[in-house]
Amino acid sequence: MRIALFATCLADTLFPEAAKATVLLLERLGHEVVFPSQQTCCGQMHINTGYQAAALPLVKRYASVFDPYDVIVAPSGSCVGSIRHQHAMVAASYGDAGLASRAADVASRTYELSELLIDVLKVEDVGAYYPHRVTYHPTCHSLRMTRVGDKPLRLLRQVRGLDLVELPAAEQCCGFGGTFAIKNAETSTAMLADKMTNIVSTGADVCTAGDASCLMHIGGGLSRLRTGVRTVHLAEILAATEFIS
Amino acid sequence: MTTFLGMPATAPRGVGHLRGDQTFPQAAHDALGNSQLRRNLRHATTTIRGKSGKVIAELPDWQSLRDAGSAIKADVMARLPFLLEQLEEKVTAAGGVVHWAADANEANAIVTRLVQETGSSRVIKVKSMATQEIGLNEALEEAGITPVETDLAELIVQLGDDKPSHILVPAIHRNRSEIREIFLRAMPGVDPALTDDPPVLAAAARRYLRETFLSTKVAVSGANFAIAETGTLAVVESEGNGRMCLTLPDTLITVMGIEKVLPAWQDLEVFLQLLPRASTGERMNPYTTMWTGVTPGDGPQNFHLILLDNGRSAVLADTVGREALHCIRCSACLNVCPVYERTGGHAYGSVYPGPIGAVLSPQLTGVADNASLPYASSLCGACFDACPVKIDIPSLLVHLRNQVPHPAGERAAMAAAAYTMARPRLYANAQRAAKLARIVGRRGRGLPPPLSGWTAGRDLPEIPKQTFRDWWAARDSGVGER
Repeated sequence: MRIALFATCLADTLFPEAAKATVLLLERLGHEVVFPSQQTCCGQMHINTGYQAAALPLVKRYASVFDPYDVIVAPSGSCVGSIRHQHAMVAASYGDAGLASRAADVASRTYELSELLIDVLKVEDVGAYYPHRVTYHPTCHSLRMTRVGDKPLRLLRQVRGLDLVELPAAEQCCGFGGTFAIKNAETSTAMLADKMTNIVSTGADVCTAGDASCLMHIGGGLSRLRTGVRTVHLAEILAATEFIS
Repeated sequence: MTTFLGMPATAPRGVGHLRGDQTFPQAAHDALGNSQLRRNLRHATTTIRGKSGKVIAELPDWQSLRDAGSAIKADVMARLPFLLEQLEEKVTAAGGVVHWAADANEANAIVTRLVQETGSSRVIKVKSMATQEIGLNEALEEAGITPVETDLAELIVQLGDDKPSHILVPAIHRNRSEIREIFLRAMPGVDPALTDDPPVLAAAARRYLRETFLSTKVAVSGANFAIAETGTLAVVESEGNGRMCLTLPDTLITVMGIEKVLPAWQDLEVFLQLLPRASTGERMNPYTTMWTGVTPGDGPQNFHLILLDNGRSAVLADTVGREALHCIRCSACLNVCPVYERTGGHAYGSVYPGPIGAVLSPQLTGVADNASLPYASSLCGACFDACPVKIDIPSLLVHLRNQVPHPAGERAAMAAAAYTMARPRLYANAQRAAKLARIVGRRGRGLPPPLSGWTAGRDLPEIPKQTFRDWWAARDSGVGER
């Protein structure tokens, strides 16, 4: 299958390993990945901070850059959530009805990585090997906006060598929340403190999730406290094999 | 926009206890430093969440009930003026008197006048968010009338000269030893040997309240529901204090937000299932009191209903924002909110705290006057899933953030980011320039405000040697790593 990658601005710039892993994983499974070079950002930061008018060109750009593709994947539950639940709304408010329906149409062909694997490509065992003790944090937007459910866990359970340990109070927000992490930094880090306590209590070496943004926040805290626990994007675990890990 | 001749262009905004003196981040700073408060809150919200989750799981049709609740409320908002007039007509026909209050000041003046007309210098009160919103107790005290809160938690707040911090459990921030101290200090006639054993504390409150119930001729209540087709008012509660207030006195004065009206008696079927399970985690609330006007020889012989606007018409005018008026004050969103659990209710500065407060308070006062509240959320969405009438609180927060007057610096930064992201070549260059971030110090320590908010508790990630885009381009041309 020919799959267009929306790398997301955050992974493209700061976490390229997550986007690379998405490419390598899908190619290993026998699919062709294309990266439309005119893509930039989904505009979620602007929309969620109260700048919908400024996000309109980004909504337009996403719809026109990805319109030619039947299947689009992004390694982020949050960006996919924004594309699905916010793009058409912004387009209707600041653009026109035509753009709104185009945005909704492209959004319906956009999948988060675990959704693409399980719902579209019908694969649960991606042939990965990752010999580490891992705990999974379900990010809020993947859980309550994109509604990926337990798909990431189903994929992780099939990874050879991986010791999956359950994260207590997993569904509680880590406190990232985009610009919330800066505007309400103290509340954000209070939430993070509890998330980190739960992560450390599992004894895992690695905390994984489907969103680089939440992992940046959690990883930044774990690093500051020198806990020794690393954060790794779900795509990187699924891309790892005996030969490349 | 069209303005009708003879009508104000916008409905009046709400006044009263809807806004704090500090912004949310400032107020949260104080709350986050109080470890006792955080322990109290975590214990209480975790307990209610557990209870509520269990009884909700018993209902196979919970999602259908939520849909029904949402649909009924949407219908109410679509024809609110008609329903309110119908309610007025039915209440009047049943012997009640209906008053219309445009804002908190009008409502307080009406209640004060009505109490004065009875000659009583004391009123007993049923727990009510509407009267907290308008600051009725302060207004009555100014007029020389003593209001006595009869809900146990509300009494603790009143005796402690405190503010409520939760919609359902206003004294959630207090533990039993603090409650004992408050009773010893402020409860008339309290036994000085009082202990902090919960049954002992409850018995002390009962003794004090029982005397007050039997000797007070006027009660003030709120309302959970009002049925337009019959003129019936309903109050649900757990302690029986409401039943006493609503049946014993000669005069009953009810202050009700105009959004509380329901079209038909049958609609209660939906809400009396939704409210207790979402709210207290009970299958049925212990007391449901309903009354229609005045019944000769039974209950209060004078009944006044005050229909309170206080900014609600202005909220109704926003076809997206009006969903906040669907709220039935169950407080499920507070109990699941990770922000509320850490900051408590006082940080929101309004009698309506938590997620629903963050969307309701700014709309009642006007968003510009309450600009930090729509940002008091990580948009995690737990509130939306918990809401028994399916209010999409995260979407409302995003909607209101779009109306906030933004600070100039932030506006410039957002405009620059949007400009860059709309131009792929410029964007690709800016990404590489991100390497410069390394000069600001090891892993970002030493960033200027507001970015220092990030690095106070978190390291920045290592800046990668190559963006994904550059890796892809190099790989595409056959020179990069595979």
